[in-house]
Amino acid sequence: MSFWPYYGLQRGITTTAWPDGAEDSAGITPGRPRAGQTEHAEEIAAACPTRALKAVSQEGRDGVAVDFTHCIHCQRCRQGDNALPWSTDFSWGAPSASAQPALGSRFTRSLQVLYVDAGACGACVNEVRLIDAPPYNLHRLGIFVTATPRDADVLLVAGPITDAMRTAISKAYAAMPEPKRVMGMGTCAINGGVFGESFACAGGLEKIVPVDLWLPGCPPPPLAIIHGLLSLVGRVAPAALEEQP
Amino acid sequence: MSIPKTLQEWLQSIPNVQMQKRSEQWLQLLCSAEQLPALTRHLMEEEEAEFATLLVEESADALSVHYLFYLPATGNLIELKVEAPAGTELPAISDTVHAADWHEREAWDLYGLRFSGHPFLGDFVLHDDDWPEGLDPMRRSFDGKHRPDLHGSGADWAPPRLLQEQGAMVFPVGPVWGDFNESGLWLLETPGEQIRYLHTRLFYKYRGVEKIAEGRTVDQGLLLAERFAGASAFAHAWAYCQALEQIAACQVPTRAQQLRIVFAELERIRHHAANIAEIAGSTALSVAKALAQGIVEDLLRLSARLCGHRYFFGVLTPGGLREDLDESKIKLLRQTLPELDQRMQQLEKQLEGSSSFLDRIEEMGTLDNELARIYGVVGPIARASGRSIDLRRHLPYGQYAFLSPDIPVEQEGDGYARLRIFFAESRISVKIILELLPFMAEGPVQSPCPIQEGHALSWVEAPSGATFHWLRCTGDGTITRLRLGTPGFRNWHAFERAIEGAAFQDFPIIMATWGLSIAENDR
Repeated sequence: MSFWPYYGLQRGITTTAWPDGAEDSAGITPGRPRAGQTEHAEEIAAACPTRALKAVSQEGRDGVAVDFTHCIHCQRCRQGDNALPWSTDFSWGAPSASAQPALGSRFTRSLQVLYVDAGACGACVNEVRLIDAPPYNLHRLGIFVTATPRDADVLLVAGPITDAMRTAISKAYAAMPEPKRVMGMGTCAINGGVFGESFACAGGLEKIVPVDLWLPGCPPPPLAIIHGLLSLVGRVAPAALEEQP
Repeated sequence: MSIPKTLQEWLQSIPNVQMQKRSEQWLQLLCSAEQLPALTRHLMEEEEAEFATLLVEESADALSVHYLFYLPATGNLIELKVEAPAGTELPAISDTVHAADWHEREAWDLYGLRFSGHPFLGDFVLHDDDWPEGLDPMRRSFDGKHRPDLHGSGADWAPPRLLQEQGAMVFPVGPVWGDFNESGLWLLETPGEQIRYLHTRLFYKYRGVEKIAEGRTVDQGLLLAERFAGASAFAHAWAYCQALEQIAACQVPTRAQQLRIVFAELERIRHHAANIAEIAGSTALSVAKALAQGIVEDLLRLSARLCGHRYFFGVLTPGGLREDLDESKIKLLRQTLPELDQRMQQLEKQLEGSSSFLDRIEEMGTLDNELARIYGVVGPIARASGRSIDLRRHLPYGQYAFLSPDIPVEQEGDGYARLRIFFAESRISVKIILELLPFMAEGPVQSPCPIQEGHALSWVEAPSGATFHWLRCTGDGTITRLRLGTPGFRNWHAFERAIEGAAFQDFPIIMATWGLSIAENDR
């Protein structure tokens, strides 16, 4: 038993330098399509199963705009003859229309997060579990996970908001002290994702509680989740939910 | 794989059972409701059949109910099909096939199909305090697009209470609990220290996947199959694609078959490593958890480098794979995997040398062989309880018939046995991949898979156990029924039995050693 600290030290430091340094290790993100000019805009947009890609025309030039709130990384526009370029970034957190101002420097050293699963498939759960694993180590940034809403500054919700979780989410939100922020994680939390709105899913967190930050992705990788949390405090620049060519 | 002679002779001795050979492997028996108990008893007791899943389909004026079994010894599928005209009841088979208990409760909740003799129907998928009485969401007449108007508050439900001693209490865990956990409610009944009873209330994550799939195209169905249980996305997408390939009689190219095995085994290793991380974490062994999480993260990165997505989303397509792995990627796999395997084996040795860790998981959450058989648990949970069942071996699909992978089996059925199974299976999966790579076939990875009218049953040994998908679609590619018979649904059923008698503080540890996905159960 007493050997465990030694086993840990043997492995060395594996934590990323981001956000202070750059991080471009292969495979940390699935990436996502970039908007761009193309002659095949109509075809590309038609092939997108979630209508995240839209054909647009600006000054007579055709292009594809990307609505990240619908992109589920199905990879179809990454392959084939009319492939779009894909980014390998992960700074995906973007403010919602009703976003409150950033929490500010008082929360730089202590931000408490409550995670609520509202029908997430398991991929989001797995990614969120990894944010406090050594490769990402959330704690070094002064962000901590709490099990009670009374302690929480941020409500982090994943999944398409199932019917049975509505009450739990609104109760958790009501129990949080002010100032509080809400972050919807994954395409499902934004609009239901592949599940959409149905008899069993509200299809969007905003129908239950006000949301400050959307984090698109299916699932958003650990660094994207950290980006979202940091941008709630105002420590990194937020991204946008759409990209025009 | 022909039907056993003894079974054929026995069936011929029963009047009015219509036999129909669906394929060499698959025998369909049309029987009446009265014959059902005798037939299932014979299958279970004489033929040692395993229960696969139960599914209901709705036709114009009746419900047809399919009870699916398989024979591990001969690799046959036996389907009992019963017609239940509107308003009739079927005899419950859960007294002989206890594994069908939850299936019958599910059919009552979602189809309003009553099973006579079932002791407890109601408050299962649809929570009684929330869902309006008498609405059956899987019925055609129900509009699945909208939330019904009449809704409870979700707050009037009182938990059941069995324990009446002085000082006895019900301790609720969930639905929002712990740090990063899936939603579910567990009610621990305890007089103070020992948990006497556990009531599991799941389906807080019920997304109605089977209902919302109806009316969508088979292409959109694939997106759903991939994304309803992300921790074993590849396995479920594979089962779904197999169903479409079976309907279209499409031959998947050899190279695609082999690559599917590579990805499925990679997913199995990652799934098991994540479970090991949770087990170590539940006993507060944070270094071991960190080491296991490091392996999980490296496997996720490897997946993304191989096929673009960390969880294998968008990799499969009916007829094969979307993309081939080029030489450089195969080389990457060959270089990376042995090192990850080394780290897993080292972690296993280190854990085995930690007596205080072993004290927490040995004889903890035990499911003995007899209970495992009665509940028909599947996957690593079954194999840790002395049941050597694995669809890769007993109902081979794809290229597994040629590989016949080793099946590790442990007898104790406790937390430690499950941990050893997770390690052993990951080791075997690494071996399967590394032995397969030198024999990769040349050629395309995709063959055309035209959309046709039909239905099919397909199966895959997902990381958590046997999964069965039933797909019916029309000629224009619209899904009319998608049944997802998942391992999570089977194993959660038995979980309560492993908790009874445990100490209070062992609950999260037992939960971690089972490593069950709620998303997969709830669908």
